[in-house]
Amino acid sequence: MQMTDAPTPAVSVLDLVKRYDEVEAVRGIDFDVATGETFGFLGPNGAGKSTTINMLCTLVRPTSGHARVAGHDVVIERDDVRRNIGLVFQDTTLDGYLTAEQNLSLHAELYGVPRDAVRPRMEQVMEMVGLWERRGSLVNTFSGGMKRRLEIARGLLHSPRVLFLDEPTVGLDPQTRSSIWRYIRELKASEDITIFLTTHYMDEAEYCDRIAIMDQGKIIVLDTPEALKASVGKDRIQIQTDDEQAAIEEVMERFGVEATIAEGHVTFGVPEGEQFVPRLFAELSQPIRAVNVSRPSLDDVFMSYTGTTIRDAETGASDQRRKAARMMSR
Amino acid sequence: MASTSATPQTVPSTGRPASPHPPVAVRVPTRSWGGEMRAVKVVWKRELIRFSRDRLRILTSLMQPFLFLFVLGTGLSKLASAGTHGVNLKTFVYPGVLCMAVMFTAMFSAASLVWDREFGFLREMMVAPVRRSSLVLGKCLGGATVAGFQGVIVLCLAGLVSVPYAPGLVLEVFAIQLLLAFAITAFGVMVAARITQMQSFMALMQMAIMPMYFLSGALFPVSGLPQWLEILNRIDPLTYAVDPIRRVVFAHLKIPNAARHVLDPGVTWWGWHVPTGMEAGVVAALGLLMLGVAILEFSRAE
Repeated sequence: MQMTDAPTPAVSVLDLVKRYDEVEAVRGIDFDVATGETFGFLGPNGAGKSTTINMLCTLVRPTSGHARVAGHDVVIERDDVRRNIGLVFQDTTLDGYLTAEQNLSLHAELYGVPRDAVRPRMEQVMEMVGLWERRGSLVNTFSGGMKRRLEIARGLLHSPRVLFLDEPTVGLDPQTRSSIWRYIRELKASEDITIFLTTHYMDEAEYCDRIAIMDQGKIIVLDTPEALKASVGKDRIQIQTDDEQAAIEEVMERFGVEATIAEGHVTFGVPEGEQFVPRLFAELSQPIRAVNVSRPSLDDVFMSYTGTTIRDAETGASDQRRKAARMMSR
Repeated sequence: MASTSATPQTVPSTGRPASPHPPVAVRVPTRSWGGEMRAVKVVWKRELIRFSRDRLRILTSLMQPFLFLFVLGTGLSKLASAGTHGVNLKTFVYPGVLCMAVMFTAMFSAASLVWDREFGFLREMMVAPVRRSSLVLGKCLGGATVAGFQGVIVLCLAGLVSVPYAPGLVLEVFAIQLLLAFAITAFGVMVAARITQMQSFMALMQMAIMPMYFLSGALFPVSGLPQWLEILNRIDPLTYAVDPIRRVVFAHLKIPNAARHVLDPGVTWWGWHVPTGMEAGVVAALGLLMLGVAILEFSRAE
């Protein structure tokens, strides 16, 4: 195992492999997550994110390799791992016929939370997600977002050292997604906890301290969001003109840069976007009606490392985006 | 121009103050007997809460026994009066109907495990740091309690079919039906460990329970049967729950010996009268065996 000066990492993974019959879902991954970090696994569906999280949660036995969570081996010390982790799955695992409070107290009993701590702790975690007032309601009457919040509260009830969130916001509307993220960030402020999450939403990966991009069972790159974006090295410029086709040709001719139409605008990538804009105005004969310069996003990062878009993104718009991003990564 | 959709959205902060209280420190203790007992108890309690919420289920699972007891019992008594030696046919089928009520409720309790898997709740239990045996035991005890409660409702109806409310009778019948409730729940849980789809589970249970019911002697006396039926009857585990209940009921009836002899002959093995205690033992042993298999199956599951 790697030597680090930091205390025992919250999660440490060494050459982890999971094979299902013919399919190799996870093909030998290594990484460490430091205590207190928010660590994100980013990748399309089927990349092996959930399989990895399931191995770390002791729900799936690795085919080979080692993983330690909160200092315990996930195969040999399964119970010790389970005591120290909180889980929020993609699909709800609440009992809809029980009240919110009954769901949480059931969890407290299963995890053996000391009796005198159950009530205050329950109030605290439910307050955190804004559901204390609704504790007496049947979970079946809750919206999707409320259920997810309740699951986060439940995952925290036994004060886990590592909280695993498998696609915590999938299937939720944007407003609910952002409120879930607000709770996650508040949580970081109030509890001493490491957060390990998977997502295929690029914007959510921005909230992580570090991201591992996973594709086809392998970690392709692992770094901070800023470093990853810097590694792409190009800004995205979009312009509006009357004759887009002419503008594309002219951009190629004058600057040697390939442009395409993306999101209805002429789009291309250059290393220093802001400095490029004055030249653009000076040298382009086509009148420019509007211009937009943006820093590379994680979308662009993903594209430049994997060569594809996040596959399950809405297909209509993604074809154009894929083209634009491929061009950015050249 | 609007900003591109690729730029990350910033989440509006509501400026909600962080919780003023320091986090309540919780340390999850290592595995202990006490912890396992808490797990058994809470899984048991959940069955009770869910059952009490589901009034419709309480009603619907009483429907079949009512039909058998009052409709079939009343209708057939016209035909059967010659053979029952003056004993009310409803009194005769009462033990079988009681068992049926218990069996159906137990089966539905076990079926909820299939729902639990489908709705994901099973996962919450499976990842808890407790033994799978505690979860399975809690589930079986919960199902048994709920089914036993249903049996008590039918037990309350005894008076309507001329079965006396003698304390000895009530107590003994209660004990036997509780044993049956446990055995059937264990059977259902064992099946539910393997079957992941509700339709298949229900079909399988019906396939097991209906023949069990009809072969058990719930609706006919168990002596003087054709050999094939007698063999099947003696193999049927439910026989050993219906028969002792019928014995207790008939022991408290004032009827001629000839009628007793025909209607309550008792189960025999190669001519030997199987005592009540042994019959109960058969049900208990089967229940424990199935509980064991269920625990094994769930412990193996990832």
